[in-house]
Amino acid sequence: MPSQLINNYFRTNSLPHIWCPGCGNGIVTRSIVEAIDNLNLDRDKVCIVSGIGCSSRASGYLDFNTLHTTHGRALTFATGIKMAKPGLEVIVITGDGDCSAIGGNHLIHASRRNINITTIVYNNNIYGMTGGQYSPTTPKGDKGTTAPYGSIDTDFDLCNLTAGAGATYVGRATVFNPKLIVKLIENGIKNKGFSFIEAVTTCPTYYGRKNKKGSAVDMMRYLKDNSINIETAKKLEDNKLKDKIIVGELYKNIRPEYTDEYNKIVDSF
Amino acid sequence: MKNKTVKLMQGNEACVEGALAAGMRFYAGYPITPSTEIAEISAAKLPRIGGKFIQMEDEIASMGAVIGASLTGLKSMTATSGPGFSLKQENIGYAAMAEIPCVIADVQRGGPSTGLPTSPAQGDVMQAKWGTHGDHPMIALSPSSVKETYEVTIKAFNLAEKYRTPVIILMDEVIAHMREKIEIPDKDELEIINRTKPENNFENYNPYEVKEGELVPPMASFGEGYKFHITGLVHDKTGFPTNKSDVAEDLINRLVKKVEKNTEDIVEYEEYFLEDADIAILAYGGTARAVKSAIDMAREENMKVGMFRPITIWPSPEEQIRKLAEKVRKIIVIEMNLGQYYLEVDRIANKLTEVHKYGRVNGELITPDEIISYIKEV
Repeated sequence: MPSQLINNYFRTNSLPHIWCPGCGNGIVTRSIVEAIDNLNLDRDKVCIVSGIGCSSRASGYLDFNTLHTTHGRALTFATGIKMAKPGLEVIVITGDGDCSAIGGNHLIHASRRNINITTIVYNNNIYGMTGGQYSPTTPKGDKGTTAPYGSIDTDFDLCNLTAGAGATYVGRATVFNPKLIVKLIENGIKNKGFSFIEAVTTCPTYYGRKNKKGSAVDMMRYLKDNSINIETAKKLEDNKLKDKIIVGELYKNIRPEYTDEYNKIVDSF
Repeated sequence: MKNKTVKLMQGNEACVEGALAAGMRFYAGYPITPSTEIAEISAAKLPRIGGKFIQMEDEIASMGAVIGASLTGLKSMTATSGPGFSLKQENIGYAAMAEIPCVIADVQRGGPSTGLPTSPAQGDVMQAKWGTHGDHPMIALSPSSVKETYEVTIKAFNLAEKYRTPVIILMDEVIAHMREKIEIPDKDELEIINRTKPENNFENYNPYEVKEGELVPPMASFGEGYKFHITGLVHDKTGFPTNKSDVAEDLINRLVKKVEKNTEDIVEYEEYFLEDADIAILAYGGTARAVKSAIDMAREENMKVGMFRPITIWPSPEEQIRKLAEKVRKIIVIEMNLGQYYLEVDRIANKLTEVHKYGRVNGELITPDEIISYIKEV
């Protein structure tokens, strides 16, 4: 029996999804609807916008106003929607390549504007849809089909990137701990401004296989063993944090929201 | 007789005035010469009437934002020039595929690449038609005066809404920056078309279902209670992606044909001294003004020359050009490029008459004198 969340919020006739066995994307997608359910949002007012890639197929499975856009551009379409109709709750689903390579410019500028959009990146450290090329979050030295001798690129810390660019709510969680993903998404939606949630997910098919990370279960275990909550991390020496995944609410700030600022101009006439 | 508002303005300003009259309430753009005034004036005017303006981080983003805004029900536009037009092509294709009404003003400048930023050109004619990949419908209109820019912009919005497709206003630097007197018509004299909406059929709404007698599928907006899906992938009537070859074939054909089959409704043109002409000059946009002067001069010398000026560039006025080719001894296509629209005219004329081209790409205008010389030469 699927959970009531699936029956209530998924377009069950569009299932089964395209994701591989062992992929973590389903966990993240379910976490999104759980957060929406917990917040009791009016689903007619929820608009889910995605880019291109494995993660971005999620929009098609969810029963809201949904928009599957072009590669990297989800945030630009989402910005148009939010600006035009600020009453809509706009949620962006994207992947690591989608939002930080081809869509990197849009990510930093949406952060800078502090426009009230909640962005959830499914970070699987690889381009899955195209078959395993290294992405901006593939750890340096790890392999992809286009990095057969190991990537020489320094990888992005997406949370530091968006916090630095002006996002006002930034958090990270892994698919081993969906409860934390749900909590972060809920708080991200509640935050009046640009919220960025990095959901660290697993790609056993490409990233895992290319880098000898074992089975889907082994990869899940890795997430469990290598995640450290930010509060704990604050008390640890830097050398204890090397290669660890720092999870939790990483950054919060209060700044004027973009559409509010624009409406002040409209209201001044 | 009502009092008309008469104003002196440049083409870029007339474009904004026309857009506002047509109901434009959202503008997203990125600064680029020589279209920037369209953004500047929109930024000043839109918030005063409750509309929205946003300067995006790049050309690609502004095209994306325009599509997003249109999906919420606002009539939306952007403006750009050659280099930016190139960047927008991906999302112009998305708008064509997903059938999102929107308007893109492309104020042409010298190219390729950054080319001649402040000089006039008409080198984007083929890009307007084929700039985005794949087979797709395209409507492009080219005004030849400030007044016509106003009218063409209203028409662009009307066609975008009626046919659910992106519409290009193919301007050039001459028209954009020239100042002319323009009479602004009363609002109630304008024909304004709004997209067809579905009739509160929330449960059974198929965003891409075309029913008998419908030109395009009725379009719901996000937030109204229709929870539909939009994608740039090949999709069936439900809006969900599919790889089925028959669905792909039907969809792309429907998209192309909704414009192709309605060419008569879309096409607009001007004929000037063509009744007795044995040489016809075909020109559009800013270049047509010099051609008009040249024809006035030629007529004084008793030369039987006339002009055919397409206002609708795409779809091309194929039937009219064919009839012209049957009638005249020669057609000369004059444009500020090396013969782009010439290719289309030559194809349509199909050896019924001689087709010549006269073009320029150095940023200088083509003058009436040299047009006369060229007529004499051929």
